[in-house]
Amino acid sequence: MKPVYVDAVGLAGPGLPNWVEAVPVFSGNAVYKSEPLARYRPKLLPANERRRATDIIRLAFQAGEDAVSSNKNFDLSQIASVFASSGGDLDIIDNICRVFAGPDRAVSPTQFHNSVHNSAAGYWSIATGSQAPSSSLSACDHTFSAGLVEAVMFATVEAIPTLLVVYDISAPVPLLDKVLKNRTFGTAFLLSPVQSAFSCASLTVALVSELRDESKALSSELEMLRNDNPAAKAIPLLELLARKEGGLLTFSSPGSQYIDVKVVPC
Amino acid sequence: MNHLQITDYTLTTALGAGVDVNVEHLHDGCSGLHPCEFFDISDLRTWVGEVAGLDEIVIDRQFSAFDCRNNRLALKGLKQDGFIESVQQAVSRYGAARVGVFIGTSTSGVHQTEKAYLSRENDTAALPDWYQYETTQNTYSVAEFVRAYTGCDGVSVAISTACSSSAKVFASAYRAIHSGLCDAAIVGGVDSLCLTTLYGFNSLQLLSEEPCRPSDIARNGISIGEAAGFALLQRPQQMAGVGLFGYGESSDAFHMSSPHPEGDGAYLAMQAALHSAALNPEEIDYINLHGTATVANDFSEAKAISRLFGNKTPSSSTKGWTGHTLGAAGIVEVIFSLMSLKQGYIPPTLNTQQIDPGIKINILMEGCSLRVKTVLSNSFGFGGSNVSLIVGEIQ
Repeated sequence: MKPVYVDAVGLAGPGLPNWVEAVPVFSGNAVYKSEPLARYRPKLLPANERRRATDIIRLAFQAGEDAVSSNKNFDLSQIASVFASSGGDLDIIDNICRVFAGPDRAVSPTQFHNSVHNSAAGYWSIATGSQAPSSSLSACDHTFSAGLVEAVMFATVEAIPTLLVVYDISAPVPLLDKVLKNRTFGTAFLLSPVQSAFSCASLTVALVSELRDESKALSSELEMLRNDNPAAKAIPLLELLARKEGGLLTFSSPGSQYIDVKVVPC
Repeated sequence: MNHLQITDYTLTTALGAGVDVNVEHLHDGCSGLHPCEFFDISDLRTWVGEVAGLDEIVIDRQFSAFDCRNNRLALKGLKQDGFIESVQQAVSRYGAARVGVFIGTSTSGVHQTEKAYLSRENDTAALPDWYQYETTQNTYSVAEFVRAYTGCDGVSVAISTACSSSAKVFASAYRAIHSGLCDAAIVGGVDSLCLTTLYGFNSLQLLSEEPCRPSDIARNGISIGEAAGFALLQRPQQMAGVGLFGYGESSDAFHMSSPHPEGDGAYLAMQAALHSAALNPEEIDYINLHGTATVANDFSEAKAISRLFGNKTPSSSTKGWTGHTLGAAGIVEVIFSLMSLKQGYIPPTLNTQQIDPGIKINILMEGCSLRVKTVLSNSFGFGGSNVSLIVGEIQ
């Protein structure tokens, strides 16, 4: 596939509330300390939508807004988007299923429209005024690589700058026993088909069929986080970008495939 | 864009399993909608398009972890019209790693989670041992089931953009084939009845108490249906048959559950589809409407169409037969569109008696025989996610 250029990075993880504060951790200059994320207040959302935004929508906005706010030259209304989440809004699924098990089945209309997998994408288009194409997807534990592939295809085939947001929340009890991945993490990459003054690295994605080892995080604490959230599989890429280094990374993909990503700093 | 050939396809809806029975009912006007008797529901007055026999389906032991209503429906759908054999031919021809899988769903296996919660003795109890999250509830479950069951090993993803999900898969698969990630792709959609959508649409006051009546002056909401449909996309094989000619995607940037009143997002999606197919509006022979039968959708869609196409292009909604199959609506209606190409027949808008005078497009009230070379099919979803697809006869 053709290369894309990373024009901005966003972050929202435990102890990693934004990209600027995460860079020292990912580049090995600061010790990683996990701390729960404070409830985020999206800046771009109108008050009505902000009031209705659930935790997972806020997580996606924290990562997405962190990326696009890094440079005021980005025209948000002209950016396509890919929102990738393994499980979607598990809090709402839990809430709605509890209602069904209760005495009457009055589902909240707001909860229902927020239950769609593309809720964050819908709020994002309202917030930014972007009528550009947008997709929302899942590939379970391989959601990061699947989202990256779709975003690279948007950027290269449709020739449009594309924001990739990858995010998952921890599951509430009792789903938690079944979901197993129990940390919250979100990250975002603004990908452009052309290199510009904002570009920090190029990414070239390829599907490979040979057995590979997945890229791992450089510290044991971050490796635990990587294993505890499908979006956190992005950590090896975040580490290279934080260090301004190049390299070849491998991410798992469904079936027996892998996704190789060649990273070259600009 | 260079078109892709649609070499094989199948669908299972409330009308029955396989293409033939669906086509038969598009001709005889027999709807698949019935008063809702789904699961334990006794307090909803609505009609549903339920696929018969899903409770009796047994998923092969090897895939038993995937057992839930949505994957049973997927399996029933895959087994029709020789579709699995066609996929296996593509796998032998290109190699398993070169055949991708792109499946749209809105609610995946959520009914399994609903049943797990209902089985708990109290609000603090654990979920039952039989409940498996990853292979049923997780949004990707149905795509992984289809991938594993058919023996494909290429790129694989579940796209979940509400009611445009299984139209979106065509765009995604096109990009993947165009980028060289795969040589062929299964695209499809599977969405099954569940409490979440039935009570959810009810909470939004969007469920009709009668069979839905798209574009009717007295339309008052949707009837929910379930369906599974699949198609096999490949680079052009021959100068005959049918293909994907174009696609257009847009976002409303307006509201989570109401379409833009003037249909701005729908207009952009249809315009982009025409542009990618390099066709003028007058070259579209038939529009298969999203046509849900909500007051807002049908107005908004008609306004967008009349701005772009004028008021002549024959248009109809097929949701009176199947109900709104949500995440499967895109693929179902693309396959209906392919049948119009093949048979030169445009179905009417079933159940509709008097067209809303505010809807100023050519809504067909009677089926009509006509040479059809190109069809535009619309799918719009919550979150303002719009997709228009153009399929046509390859000459």
